[in-house]
Amino acid sequence: MNYIRILLSIIFLFAVQCRLAAAADCPSYGDTIVVGSIGDASTLIPMLASDATSHEIAGLIYDGLVKYDKNLNLVGDLAKSWDVSPDGLTITFHLKKGVKWQDGVEFTAQDVLFGFKVITDPKTPTAYAGDFMEVKTIEAPDPYTIEVTYKRPFAPALSSWGDIVVLPKHLLEGKDITKSPLARNPVGLGPYKLKEWKTQEKIVLEANPDYFEGRACLDRYLMRIIPDPATMFLELKSGGLDWMDLSPIQYERQTNTKFFKKNFKKYKYLSFSYTYLGFNLRFPLFKDKRVRQAIAYAIDKDEIIRGALLGYGVPATGPYKPDAWFYDPDVRRYPYNPQKARALLAEAGWRYVNKDGVLEKDGRPFSFTIITNQGNDVRERTAQIIQYRLKKIGIDVKIRPIEWTALINDFIDKRRFEAVILGWTTGLDPDIYDIFHSSKTGPKELNFIDYKNPELDKLLVEGRETFDKKKRKKIYDRVQEILAEDQPYVFLYVPMALPVINRRFHGIEPAPSGISHNFIRWWVPKDEQKYMTR
Amino acid sequence: MPFIAYLSKRLIALIPTFIGITIISFMVMHLAPGEPIGVQADLNPKMTPEVRERLRALYGLDKPLYVQYWRWLDGLAHLDLGRSFAPDRAPVWNKIKERLPVTILINSLSLGLILLIAVPLGVASAVRQGGLFDKAVTILIFVFYAAPSFWVAIVLMLYLGVDLGWLPVSGLHSLMGYNALSPMQKVLDWTRHLLLPVAVSAMGGLAGLSRYVRSSMLEVLRQDYIMTARAKGLSEHAVIYRHALRNALLPLITILGLSVPGLIGGSVIFESIFAIPGIGQLMWSSVMSRDYPVLMGNLVIVSILTLLGNLLADIGYGLADPRIRTGRHG
Repeated sequence: MNYIRILLSIIFLFAVQCRLAAAADCPSYGDTIVVGSIGDASTLIPMLASDATSHEIAGLIYDGLVKYDKNLNLVGDLAKSWDVSPDGLTITFHLKKGVKWQDGVEFTAQDVLFGFKVITDPKTPTAYAGDFMEVKTIEAPDPYTIEVTYKRPFAPALSSWGDIVVLPKHLLEGKDITKSPLARNPVGLGPYKLKEWKTQEKIVLEANPDYFEGRACLDRYLMRIIPDPATMFLELKSGGLDWMDLSPIQYERQTNTKFFKKNFKKYKYLSFSYTYLGFNLRFPLFKDKRVRQAIAYAIDKDEIIRGALLGYGVPATGPYKPDAWFYDPDVRRYPYNPQKARALLAEAGWRYVNKDGVLEKDGRPFSFTIITNQGNDVRERTAQIIQYRLKKIGIDVKIRPIEWTALINDFIDKRRFEAVILGWTTGLDPDIYDIFHSSKTGPKELNFIDYKNPELDKLLVEGRETFDKKKRKKIYDRVQEILAEDQPYVFLYVPMALPVINRRFHGIEPAPSGISHNFIRWWVPKDEQKYMTR
Repeated sequence: MPFIAYLSKRLIALIPTFIGITIISFMVMHLAPGEPIGVQADLNPKMTPEVRERLRALYGLDKPLYVQYWRWLDGLAHLDLGRSFAPDRAPVWNKIKERLPVTILINSLSLGLILLIAVPLGVASAVRQGGLFDKAVTILIFVFYAAPSFWVAIVLMLYLGVDLGWLPVSGLHSLMGYNALSPMQKVLDWTRHLLLPVAVSAMGGLAGLSRYVRSSMLEVLRQDYIMTARAKGLSEHAVIYRHALRNALLPLITILGLSVPGLIGGSVIFESIFAIPGIGQLMWSSVMSRDYPVLMGNLVIVSILTLLGNLLADIGYGLADPRIRTGRHG
């Protein structure tokens, strides 16, 4: 089934939710937004959750010390401000005063200390402990100050102080967090609180009247769990949903009816991910940079976007999405150019020896297999287009779609593949140490293509230790240049997120961070309100 | 007391069968690639090797398989199915329990509907064997059987739910204002929501059962005593319903016995399409996330019910047919 794979591919979302601080009042209050989701939440304690739905809901219930604004800049949330010591080792957060948990108890630095203690406790089953293991000491000199000292300067750490690490100490202290009732009945300090949760059916949130940035305009947020995307679309068409993310084909071909135009507004923005063709560099076939560049020249990225995404995506030039502040547009590009591809391959020693149309070198034909995860139609179609294009320059490609878990465990983890089409979720921080640093090629680690470049290694470490945004930008510009030159991956495309939202909701502003950054300021005029809750 | 001896013999034989089932399932489950921590850990940049090992130890995955199995069996002996590996770490029984009522409700309704239609249909076909009615019913029923139910479901949802707007598309009941409804309106609301799922899930089951009834009816109608009954001058109605049908329904006991586990089995496809929070979806997501305790827990329940269903069918048969009960044939 398709949807599990969608779930899996969006699991590694950014831990920090984006929400805009807006002190403005709402033009009017009331109404409910009904949102469709393919999967249910698993737990509403953010540090224990690993699925997108749980984080989506928890993001409305909890707040962190910091968050990303609509332009992907890190700003204070529960923290008023923060200072970084000149050596980059100590971060001091100054917390807002008078913020209350939803049960009325005041939020203090102790809640952050407690959250830190729990997340680093070996008994806590969390996937997010990694960033916090870098912490040497953490202290709260007074109830509104947190001082964190790291073992070494670690810039991505700043964003780790999001909502996953702030927990209500007064409710959890001395208790086993895995058995806490808070997983089903959370007490947060965010804009919404949980009203009702029926497993695999619906989750209902209600506006928190005492939210420290002002009450949300919409009274309720109702998430309906509909596992089948086709059913969800029918439900949208019958008026049962207000907000749903569509596939390119639904967006392009099935939403042009009068009903849709009258009731829904379509949005689009670049999603936080990219899809790539990765080469296993352990194979002699791909060791020569010219060969990888030739393949990049032979692939028509625009054609893939037209064919597989119906135009809803942009070509990727590197590991970042084009509207991020750390994106460098001036790297080497590989426009479709089969002549150049052939020339590069000839230079690398590949010749036509017999008449089968496949290049050969040292008696070995240029032939390899691309694996990808089964059920992801877009990726399978991408593989077919690549196969077609590479055949034209004398490379024989086979395609093998494999079920997700088997793909990861038996092929990627065991390094038993030649080339792979997969995607990465891009974070809101430019750090990509785990994916491209040469120390990350061990078992289960993420540089599974075995890419090693000493200059890049140095830059990736430097980038982690630099807090200054301008200096970081420079470092990561160079990172992108190297990756573009080396082509360890052929970076294929950045797909678009394609949500449709009922027209009665006002105040939606698409931005680089998407559309939900100002969700608490979406509103519905009084005479258009559909669900009366008061 | 030959019957009690027979019964206890059968009951004792169930125990090794049951343990065999659990061992094989436990092994097969672990043969599948991947681990419960995969959902959290695979391709996750934030996952360090230490954290990974820590998680494996927390779930007991670092122990050899036989130790894991022994632990699970030990829990079962204390009627403890363990806790789910999902992030909520909920007790397995609670997770299954909250899904059971809906699944049982829909499956019983659908089984009831199947019986209600299939038995008369089978009898009518048998009586009119080879006639136009029989042929038409055969074709119709096989069309139902052959039509992919997910497709039929979507077509019906599109037509009745979206185009005509008569029925709700998915879910169990209305989301807004449901609590304000009167009990009567609530029942009506549920009925409207359940109409499509029950009808579609019954559709595929009609073929099997009605064919069974038809063939067993045909067999009975060929028997000498039916001829005797007719020769006595009994009305055709009395012959068919009083004499033939009662015997023809004997094989149904077996089928009904075997459908007991099916009552809680749940169907992934249905529950997904109609967004029904039943057992099928729980199983599906547990398989995908390798949530071994939930899988084993559900398996225990299904296998116990299957074994009991078999036993009940045998007993029912025994009660209905003395030749089987006493073991003396002829």
